[in-house]
Amino acid sequence: MDVEDIEIELFIRAMQRRHGYDFDNYAPASLKRRVLQLVRTHDAGTISELNRRLLHEDGFVARIIEGLSVPVSEMFRDPPVFRALRDKVLPMLASYPEINIWQAGCAHGQEVYSLAILLEEAGLYDRTRIYATDFNEAALQIAAEGIYATRDARDWSRNYLEAGGLKSFSDYYSARYEFIKIDQRLRRNVTFFNHNLVTDEVFCEAHLILCRNVLIYFNNTLQDHTLALFRDSLVRGGFLCLGTRENIDFSPAAACFVDIDAGLRIYQAATSAVRPMAR
Amino acid sequence: MTSRTAIALGCSAGGLAALQCVLPALDKRLVVPVVVCCHTGSADVSLLVELLARVSALPVVEATERATADPGVIYVAPSGYHLLVEPNAHFSLSVDARVTYARPSIDVLFETAADAWQSGLVAVLMTGANSDGAHGLKAVRKAGGYAIVENPETATSDVMPRAGLDIAGADACLPLDQIAQRLNELCMP
Repeated sequence: MDVEDIEIELFIRAMQRRHGYDFDNYAPASLKRRVLQLVRTHDAGTISELNRRLLHEDGFVARIIEGLSVPVSEMFRDPPVFRALRDKVLPMLASYPEINIWQAGCAHGQEVYSLAILLEEAGLYDRTRIYATDFNEAALQIAAEGIYATRDARDWSRNYLEAGGLKSFSDYYSARYEFIKIDQRLRRNVTFFNHNLVTDEVFCEAHLILCRNVLIYFNNTLQDHTLALFRDSLVRGGFLCLGTRENIDFSPAAACFVDIDAGLRIYQAATSAVRPMAR
Repeated sequence: MTSRTAIALGCSAGGLAALQCVLPALDKRLVVPVVVCCHTGSADVSLLVELLARVSALPVVEATERATADPGVIYVAPSGYHLLVEPNAHFSLSVDARVTYARPSIDVLFETAADAWQSGLVAVLMTGANSDGAHGLKAVRKAGGYAIVENPETATSDVMPRAGLDIAGADACLPLDQIAQRLNELCMP
């Protein structure tokens, strides 16, 4: 067996036994790349050195978690998805007196604020609560601050318009030199908190769950476990939105979701009236 | 002769023309999966898939996460995601940071394909204007795989093949029009 593969196994054990994080059911290839990236970031030389620090050095695990959940996203990423949420999903959410949305794996918060803008423009935000969760504490802090690089704002502005934005994206932030700060009013109905999809439970009754490009890092077992968690967290007829290239064909739990827009990976939890198609 | 179990191809600038030369000349009895990573700069890879399907005898599809890499099928990495090969020859995707400014990155495909297929892998690095793929090719050779680099003289853009030769070397450095024939020889049952 390859030495690095043995070291990865020991890394997973160390995270689990010493720190309570379970990476057993992550997709091995991307996990290995991220661990090797951590070796470079921390100038550790080998994964074994990383493991030693993980076992013996106080606080090191937080930096490992930061590196293991690399949050790369943008505002209104895949504009057609946000347009479909605006056109197909929000009108159906409008019938609820209170709307709960769970953004699972919110990373640096770009999608949280995209969603808040969407809801604001649909006149629904004041009766919405967004639960934005991640297991990466450092990412959650960045998400809550809502400060991003100005150079990204131009792309995001284009995404916003393609997503059917009604105003100008610049109405939602203030610019200071090379940074933009998202209007803190958009934060008013967002609750950021730590939640680990692998080990934590249902915490709300959601009408919409967004979890884009998170399950792609999980193997089939963990993907199915998480989809079951989403199913159990959604009200009947609630919506689920995944990343546009995600594949749920191998998940038994996915059988309870029906397509709203299959190409954009927007689903609805089957109500008693609508039986799911056999998979 | 060692039996080869998979082919991975990487290219960038000038890649469409190179693929349109190599893929149609692949023998349709080929019994290995062919995985392609081509930087397109486009948000959607479906046009590339369509153009390649038009000229290739083998079916050409966009690679789907969790699906198995089946023999006799040409898979193209989707835009905006890294395409990885898992140890059980399933595909996975990631949106991790760009590698050498690229996502999908050829390095990511080659390195994970080398892990998955080891000495069974044949990797081909062709035309391109950056050095993505060179470190991946090195990993392929380290795992015992067979590395082909397009002759920089025939490449539309020679930066990528030259970087491949500098960093990894090659088992064969071939002009574009001889690459398919070598792949057929290496991978026929």
